Amino acid sequence: MRAFWQPHRIVLVALALGLAVWAALTMRWGWIPRYAPLALEGMWRTIWLLGLSVGIGFALAVPLGLAQAAGPWWLAAPARAFCTVIRGTPLLLQIWLVYYGLGSLFPQYPWIRQSELWPILRQAWPYALVALSLSFAGYEGEVMRGAFKSVPAGQLTAARAFGFSRVATFRRVWLPQALARALPTLGGETILQLKATPLVATITVIEIYAVASRVRQDTFIIYEPLLLLALAYLALAGVIALGFRWLERRMVRGLH
Amino acid sequence: MLDWLFAGWPGLQASAALLALEPPGWGGNLLRGAANSLIIALGAFGLGLVIGTAGALGKLGGGPVTRDLLAVYTTIVRAVPELILILLLYYAGTDLLNQVLRLMGQRPVEISGLAAGIGVLGVVQGAYATEVLRGAIQAVPRGQIEAARAFGMGPLQVFRRVTLPAMLPLALPGLSNLWLIATKDTALLAIVGFSELTLETRQAAGSTRAYFTFFLAAGAIYLVMTLVSGRVFGWIEARYRRGQARA
Repeated sequence: MRAFWQPHRIVLVALALGLAVWAALTMRWGWIPRYAPLALEGMWRTIWLLGLSVGIGFALAVPLGLAQAAGPWWLAAPARAFCTVIRGTPLLLQIWLVYYGLGSLFPQYPWIRQSELWPILRQAWPYALVALSLSFAGYEGEVMRGAFKSVPAGQLTAARAFGFSRVATFRRVWLPQALARALPTLGGETILQLKATPLVATITVIEIYAVASRVRQDTFIIYEPLLLLALAYLALAGVIALGFRWLERRMVRGLH
Repeated sequence: MLDWLFAGWPGLQASAALLALEPPGWGGNLLRGAANSLIIALGAFGLGLVIGTAGALGKLGGGPVTRDLLAVYTTIVRAVPELILILLLYYAGTDLLNQVLRLMGQRPVEISGLAAGIGVLGVVQGAYATEVLRGAIQAVPRGQIEAARAFGMGPLQVFRRVTLPAMLPLALPGLSNLWLIATKDTALLAIVGFSELTLETRQAAGSTRAYFTFFLAAGAIYLVMTLVSGRVFGWIEARYRRGQARA
């Protein structure tokens, strides 16, 4: 801790605090009480969109990575093509393709309009979730491919020699080791995914970024909501980084 | 010539008509948008390289204050969504420029979308480039730089003749990644209303209701851009790795 508090740092921190106090006193923050409930709702929507899309995307990424690392060519080639297409096109375009494309296609089929799912499909968030999950799966599929490949083949042979079945080898040896190797990258990718979530505001999902845009449109206050929003994302990114550091320490324990 | 194809796939002829280059079709608009995207990506990447080189040298050789400020810059830019940075920098940049102009007694100007896009994305790219280049420069063995100094080269000459060529092969994979991010980040400028490929696509799709046709076509254009630049970077990397021992 002593290494951090060097004299010049104390000056810098004091300057930053001064700037924060100046901003708090002189900038316009009167809009906060009115929009606080909406902002909390938006924050929650950002968090669950992020959590769900990371979860679903990762569940898709494991088979995608496995197919590329060890699958036959008729599984590896489509998985590779999927990852290339997802990684080669902007996420905004993918979101719009899913939302406007599927959104204009579904109503043409009466059986979809009459189905139980229609009230859900008429909202925007399922399309946002699908696009975000597929995007995460595409990036992570590539990461998992490398992770699966980096597990030494001897480990797998040894497991088989101990009489592990193929499934048990995968579940007890291959996957845990690949995960431990992929975790540092996964943490960074999750922060990138957090930074991608505001894009869904363009398809009318009211998450935290959309709330800030609304404050800007309603009150013509530009900087204050944006600065607060940046702070919120910084805090979320910090929490994610800490969470992954904790997870890494737990997972990597047995490896070294 | 394509009649047999159209006969087997009825929707294709309509799609081809929509994507035609002449005005009833929207192909020309898409290509103009793609050209704009490329110009912005090139400009932002170039600006990012300049900022990144300065940042990396500052982080490695600067004083404690410079290093801390650069750490703040790279941390904030890498943790806050690009979209918010674009809006913040766009508004703040326009305001700042106009205030300076007012102090100098000039009339306020409207910043062109192109300049703003390049500037904003360049600042974002600069943060990532700083980290990539810092890592690459650090990986150059100290002895090589010390040897160059011992030969009497000045700091600029050491950088140009020793550090730069030695670190380039190490930095190229990261830089190629950054270039891909730059091409894809140009799509974000659609949200602030700059008519690059994604916005042109959305306008074409919105006015013809042929969403799949246009979004898939735009996706194909982006994909061609990334695949071609992947090839080009692979080629450059092979060239700069010539002198290195193969792994």
